[in-house]
Amino acid sequence: MNPLQIVVCAGIVPDPLQTLEPTTGPNGPGLKNEMVLPAVLDPWAACALYEAAALAAKHPGSKLWLVALGPKAKLQQVMMTVAQKVVFELIPVDGPIGGFPDAHSTAAALASAIESIAGLDRAALLLFGGWESASRGAGVTLQLIGERLGIADQFFGVDQIELRPDGSFEVLERVEGGKHQVSVCAGAPAVLGWATGNLAEPRNNPQVGMANMRTIMPALQRAKTAALDANSLSYVSVSLPKQQRTTRVEKNMSADEIAAELVEWIGKDN
Amino acid sequence: MSFAPQSVEIDRQTMEVDIACAGFGPATGGFLTTLTQAWSRNPADPVFESRVAPGMPLQVLCYERADDLAAGVSGVVTRAEGIRASFPALDPAQIPMAAAVKQERVLYLLDPIGASRRSRTLRIADFLLGLGKERWVKDHAFELPWAPAFLHKRGGLILSIGQFNQWVGAQLMAGGFVQIWPGTPVSAPIFAGVANAQYRGVAGLRLADQGVDKLGAPADGFMPGMDVRAELTVVGDGPVGSVGQRLDERFGLPAGHARREWALGMKFVIELPEDTTLEPGTVWHTFGFPEPEIFGFLYVHPDRFVSVGIFVPSWLGDPTRTAYRYLQHFIQHPALWRHLQGGVLRSWGAKSLEESGKHGEPFLTGDGYARIGEGSGSTNMLTGSGVDEAWTTGVQLGEAVLEILRAGLPFSQENLSRTYEKRRRASSVERGARQARNARNGFHRGFMRGLIGMGLAGLTSGRLPLRTHISPAPRQIRAVRPHSKAGLALRDAAALALDSGRPLHDALMSARGWPEIPFDGRLLVTHQDALLMGGKVQAMPGYADHVIFLDRRRCISCEEKTCIGMCSGQAITLGPDGAPAFEREKCVHCGACLWNCPHSPDGERSNIEFQAGAGGLHSGEN
Repeated sequence: MNPLQIVVCAGIVPDPLQTLEPTTGPNGPGLKNEMVLPAVLDPWAACALYEAAALAAKHPGSKLWLVALGPKAKLQQVMMTVAQKVVFELIPVDGPIGGFPDAHSTAAALASAIESIAGLDRAALLLFGGWESASRGAGVTLQLIGERLGIADQFFGVDQIELRPDGSFEVLERVEGGKHQVSVCAGAPAVLGWATGNLAEPRNNPQVGMANMRTIMPALQRAKTAALDANSLSYVSVSLPKQQRTTRVEKNMSADEIAAELVEWIGKDN
Repeated sequence: MSFAPQSVEIDRQTMEVDIACAGFGPATGGFLTTLTQAWSRNPADPVFESRVAPGMPLQVLCYERADDLAAGVSGVVTRAEGIRASFPALDPAQIPMAAAVKQERVLYLLDPIGASRRSRTLRIADFLLGLGKERWVKDHAFELPWAPAFLHKRGGLILSIGQFNQWVGAQLMAGGFVQIWPGTPVSAPIFAGVANAQYRGVAGLRLADQGVDKLGAPADGFMPGMDVRAELTVVGDGPVGSVGQRLDERFGLPAGHARREWALGMKFVIELPEDTTLEPGTVWHTFGFPEPEIFGFLYVHPDRFVSVGIFVPSWLGDPTRTAYRYLQHFIQHPALWRHLQGGVLRSWGAKSLEESGKHGEPFLTGDGYARIGEGSGSTNMLTGSGVDEAWTTGVQLGEAVLEILRAGLPFSQENLSRTYEKRRRASSVERGARQARNARNGFHRGFMRGLIGMGLAGLTSGRLPLRTHISPAPRQIRAVRPHSKAGLALRDAAALALDSGRPLHDALMSARGWPEIPFDGRLLVTHQDALLMGGKVQAMPGYADHVIFLDRRRCISCEEKTCIGMCSGQAITLGPDGAPAFEREKCVHCGACLWNCPHSPDGERSNIEFQAGAGGLHSGEN
């Protein structure tokens, strides 16, 4: 089988476990103190990256690019952690953080960045990303990138891919009822929007980090700025999913009683 | 019976670098900034050619335990003289949450509740102050007419250390000369030469094993920690850092030195109400409440954020040291509450401070290594500052390293002593450390003596301190003062704890008269909620437990179990066998357990070992 050409689109998002508070500023909606909040690689896309790296490792000579749009300083910060996990080449695009920019503008910027990758064989391209996002996921960005690149075969909610010697592959996509749909694709190019996959987060490896840094820092310095259309969308209102936390110590309740109370409590949230 | 992690002898990957640093805080920031600034002036200078990889630039790596450089925990006020010297054009607006100091107040807080452990002398003083209530006392607080010169921070900065670290780290990384790797705990130094305590030599750093079980035994995905061998190892991993501790165990401390004074700093970051009158740059130093020995602070950041916190010292003389509960009472003091009421808790954190200063200074240099920052005894407890001192020691080592490189000399103990130690000894850091050396001794004999001693030391630049014997930290825990209200009310507290299921230490405070906390879900939240809501604590899987109870028999027989009460993250709880149980996933790495154990196997060290670990608090708003 030929070496693979995998591009992973992965944004950075404010750490979803922080205290997130929507605000509206002169440039539209955002999160309070957004630049102060720690950022992480979007967890869904991170799964895609780890799956891609595992695939690339099984096919010698494969290439793996990570295309990420975000503020350069934040990208650099996140890369210090991500770069220790798997080997990749970073294609950074300097732009805004958060999930509020128009998905069409974002897709255009990312597709343009992918088209400009030197040495990329687009006929052999496997375009990976997350099928969802931990920020305000529009849920369409990856599809739009695929369309702009002319890739018709698209799979979402992917948990597994199995490559065959002839270049075709089998994909498991999540469907209703906790089941997977099995599809067979004739081969690249294809878009795969990953769910969680099956791999654990790779360990931090200092040697991987050092190898990556040789290309990451120069790439960040060369990063082009994406001119996203700030006026293509207007938001009527923005709110976070309802969050409620109640803590109490119970020593004498049985597991069944606790479970019943939890069920009742969850039911009230409808 | 010992439950220490298993030692794994296994082939490890090895990497050769020129300079390896353990820990990224202000000290290492100062060190790396000094090197980077020198390199950026002339990158082609042969001085910066690697000795281990000829033809390449110096290979300078820094490993940080925390998962993010922004995960540092501290809101600080600093004179920032050393920091400004490194960045002459520094504009605080460049650093999120930074503000120039505009006004300082020193407040003595009276006890509006009547539950604090006040001596008779102090009660008389409080009574006398109360006589002039209209003129002197407002909101149960007496404001000193001026901030003593030794305490003031005029011209300084209020900083979030998390944001400051990130700002420094981003500039360093953008330069491309050094690499800083977060999420990479260092387990130990690699000792050089023979196993001989008389020879102080270090050959690099060993990173923590991954893919191990709680005790450190190989498990799924085992990846032995790499050996990073270095010409120079820079140890800046703070007061409870694993590398510094292992060095002290191996080499001991200089004659007459000991680390016996500690404090736990715990704070909230609060978003103030929209109509707040507190201006950015406002600094309050407080003392007197919630206990006389517990000092406090309030620092106002830009954008209506404020850091409010307390320091619970090892010499509190009471095993009931539940810092989180004390902090909740502190912010409800009328002098603070009038500003904080209506605010929202954004973040929370805690950190151990090594307060021995000069008394706890380790050997600063050896063959192939040097120590900087708080772990090197640089914190000045008279002025109550450590960040700028730590930064300055890093700068001094950076300048020394440049001098050694230019001379083409090895990083021997002799050369490091001649360059780094010489600079440090001649600097304001050393002068301050000497002045502060005995400034707080008086507190070991009572609050009033402590205040007098501190005042004398401050007014005479340390020439007239009160001298006293300082007991090892484990023995300070049991020194319950006879004036403590109604003793410990242990029986009442035990009944309350059993009845409500709450921790005994928390119940003890209630039994001693502290009112229940009126939780509002916004600012006054339970300790467990704060772990989730403000600070967010995480731990990557695959690492060993980093808190080790060395002799569980001692733990089971321990009456105080102060490690449980002082645990900032409620990560230590009472296990079913009567010994403390540790949950790594809840630990914020404050290190308080290390010095809050009253049962010492050797009279000096505690029965708890604090090792290298991953994870901890994840919050940039610290």
